[in-house]
Amino acid sequence: MSTNAIDLDIVREHPQGLETEEMTLNMGPQHPSTHGVLRFVVKADGEVMRRAIPDIGYLHRSIEKIAEKVGYHGFMPYTDRVDYVSAMQCNQGWAMACEALAGITVPRRGEYCRVIACEFGRIASHLLSVGATGMDIGAVTPFTHAIREREYINDILEELCGARLTFNFMRIGGCAWDLPPGFTRRAIAFLDRFEPLIDEFNELISFNKIYVERLADVAVIPAEMAIAYNLVGPNLRGSGVRYDVRKDAPYSVYPEFEFDVPVGTGERGTVGDSYDRYMVRMREMKESCKILRQALAGVPEGPVVAKVPRTFRPPAGEAYVRVEASRGDMGWFVVSDGSAFPYRVHIRTGSFAAMAVIEEISRGLMIADLVAVIATLDIVAPEVDR
Amino acid sequence: MQQFADYLLDEGLLAGMPKSLGYVLVVAFFAFVLLNFIMLVAGVTSWLERRVWARIQSRIGPNRVGPQGAIQWLADGIKNIMKEDIVPTAADAPLFKLAPYLAMIGFFGAWACVPFGDGLIVADLNVGVLYITAVTGLVVVGILMAGWASNNKWALLGGIRSAAQIVSYEIPAAIAVNTVILLTGTLSMQGIIRAQGWAPWNWFLFDNPFTFVAFFLFFVALLAEGNRTPFDLPEAESELVAGAFTEYSGLRSLLFFLVEWGNLYIVGALCTSLFLGGWQVPAFTDNGFLLGLAQFVVFFAKSYFLVFVAMWIRATLPRVRVDQLMSVCWKYLVPISFVNLLGAMLWVVAFPNGWLPMRLGMFLFGVMTTLYFLMRVAFHLRRARPLMTWNPIA
Amino acid sequence: MTIAEIHRLLRERLGTIVSDDLRDAEWPLCDVRGQSIAEVCAMLRDEPGCDFDCLSNLSAVDRKSDDAIEVYYHLFSYRHRHRLALRATTPRPDPILPSVAQVWPIANWLEREAFDLLGVRFTGHPDLRRILMPEDWVGHPLRKDFVEPDEYHGISTRRESLLKL
Repeated sequence: MSTNAIDLDIVREHPQGLETEEMTLNMGPQHPSTHGVLRFVVKADGEVMRRAIPDIGYLHRSIEKIAEKVGYHGFMPYTDRVDYVSAMQCNQGWAMACEALAGITVPRRGEYCRVIACEFGRIASHLLSVGATGMDIGAVTPFTHAIREREYINDILEELCGARLTFNFMRIGGCAWDLPPGFTRRAIAFLDRFEPLIDEFNELISFNKIYVERLADVAVIPAEMAIAYNLVGPNLRGSGVRYDVRKDAPYSVYPEFEFDVPVGTGERGTVGDSYDRYMVRMREMKESCKILRQALAGVPEGPVVAKVPRTFRPPAGEAYVRVEASRGDMGWFVVSDGSAFPYRVHIRTGSFAAMAVIEEISRGLMIADLVAVIATLDIVAPEVDR
Repeated sequence: MQQFADYLLDEGLLAGMPKSLGYVLVVAFFAFVLLNFIMLVAGVTSWLERRVWARIQSRIGPNRVGPQGAIQWLADGIKNIMKEDIVPTAADAPLFKLAPYLAMIGFFGAWACVPFGDGLIVADLNVGVLYITAVTGLVVVGILMAGWASNNKWALLGGIRSAAQIVSYEIPAAIAVNTVILLTGTLSMQGIIRAQGWAPWNWFLFDNPFTFVAFFLFFVALLAEGNRTPFDLPEAESELVAGAFTEYSGLRSLLFFLVEWGNLYIVGALCTSLFLGGWQVPAFTDNGFLLGLAQFVVFFAKSYFLVFVAMWIRATLPRVRVDQLMSVCWKYLVPISFVNLLGAMLWVVAFPNGWLPMRLGMFLFGVMTTLYFLMRVAFHLRRARPLMTWNPIA
Repeated sequence: MTIAEIHRLLRERLGTIVSDDLRDAEWPLCDVRGQSIAEVCAMLRDEPGCDFDCLSNLSAVDRKSDDAIEVYYHLFSYRHRHRLALRATTPRPDPILPSVAQVWPIANWLEREAFDLLGVRFTGHPDLRRILMPEDWVGHPLRKDFVEPDEYHGISTRRESLLKL
């Protein structure tokens, strides 16, 4: 992939007549960071970056085009791969978009199962995110502890649907399978174990002086810039904007649950710095535990899936549905022409905007900060490229 | 070593060869023995580090190769030696090949002055500490050369960061050493150890508050010199795959990593000799051999404990950024070390032979701190026990 | 201001470039003449009472049967929490639209994606080049008449049978 729009290695005249040169470094698609295949062309003046130009497309799998070939039901496994770190919410987004097109109502038990699955997925995704942030900053232990907890969540979700990463749990009109017997007991046992561990995690790394120094006041994104760049989710809330799709444009049965929306307050630096985004994710895990307890306590009886014809032919029209995925609100835009295959599917993800904003905020940061910024913006490559 | 060589030549055990040749043979013999010892220590340190890391990270670590994985390092070493020797095409080949050996020389030379026991030292130079500080500076040349000759911008960045870091942190380290030299008046390693006693309150660590602070300054500065976390930015894995050593593979990279792990032991050995009483043991026997053995064991245990502490630090703390690293050194450590030195000077003028109540007081302070630490460890272990034995399926 | 009032304001200020009917839905949809979409968006962002400070989505749809490409703009306002969707149509043989990258910076990348996958050119865009596909790719993949090339840099895309390599 050439970057012919970028001029390379400018030789500049210094006022004293010295010639200086900027280094053009390639933080290539392969690097030992967990965020996937992303590439940055970094123009650096020593350690300080002048620009970090993202180059995406290495994980483009043309999922949107595939939707036009496999049909509505058949697209559900593909939605897992849109964001494989938190796949349940992508399932829900697609299911909700199709239900909006056809006007299908999901039975209440199905909605509860969806919420339970999505919130567990959210905790798992945030665990991976904070662990990877720690690892990128240099602390390798929180990552392994986070992955250990994520493995327990994967076990729980495996009981639901048999898969540990790409779940394919939901169907248009509800969920594929019901909660297995004993699920509630095991899930609550996990939550009882997990909630104190969030505090332990914080003690280990979040309040560590070196960690705070690495993240506080780094890459401050003011609220206006965050909104203008369409940052969503914890990135937006870390900049102080209190907006959560689950609360402000609620869907499914979220109105029935009580939970807070953590917002960045600039506790260790400025509002909108990397530390705020990181702490918003830590606190969101606690809120998800709250939602889960309420949901697990009150699952109603009934069917989990509505009657949807085998060949799903929604009426012609468009639907734009947003779900609060782990990385922010994911917009699912589906155009139907009345046939059994979607006419156009467009998935607008939170990581896409986060990649776009990096070019803007990386001026003047150090190369070591770039890694921290990518980690705290919680960018995963499959969401960016689809 | 000098004495041993003279002894051999005088007793005619070397078949009456000329003195110079005799000396060379003895030096080669000692170098060989020491090299083996170093490789063994570095290798075992690498395995132990992986086990300690793993337990801290709630996993197991290498436990297959040999009993509890104890010869994992041997397997890794053999694998590395058998790997393909890759020299990048555009790299500066002579410098590229020379760099690991320079680092090795710098690291290896320091071992000539490490005192394992009373008389168990290769060369008791009367400028021992200065010699060690000077020779370990050669490692910087090796790393810089590796970064430059690799023809890789990331390696260059890593090499330059490393050079800046090591050179900067020499200063607090040297000043902290000076604080101890004030008490002994000699730079010789054995002299410094002999000036201490076997009892903890006779160690320089607890001699006065200034040497107490100097110990921590020295330890932190040596961690930074050894490119260990939290100062391991030159080898930061998430950004520069292995920093200055990115392009190295096989035996050459093995040498660099052995230098890193062996350096850990030098850190421990230096801190032990200067602050923790070295090999001093109470004279419990007349048998010279047994006494020597006890001294060796005590020295090794003390220095390896500090290695252990360095491993803990690596497993838990994140990495400091380059500008923060420099500011920590120049804005905090250097002024503190100078003030510390001044305080130590005043103390030595006031109490030329030390002041026992202060020593005992500092020792008590140290004991209470250790007890508090152990209490916290016990508390956390108790709190973690239900988590460690949690069964998800029940 | 409610969406109906905003729509009326648009009609008053800009006349016929905004269509008369406003489809009422979760995202009220309104057609806008393609060539003036930037003007409309700028007005929607800056007008007090509208304050559409966020471009939530920009999707291009290839309507082959109508010989047009429609671009949907989903606008959202964090201040007033109201939503509006605009639809701009441009002819399929030569789809050109004014860029709204000056209005919302995220449109920079979203328009690059529309250009890359569907071939819509945006005038006034600071840096219109491919974003997901390689720089030297020929064709716009999400078009309905897109035919996959036989090979790319020597790698063949044709296989007789999926069971053979």
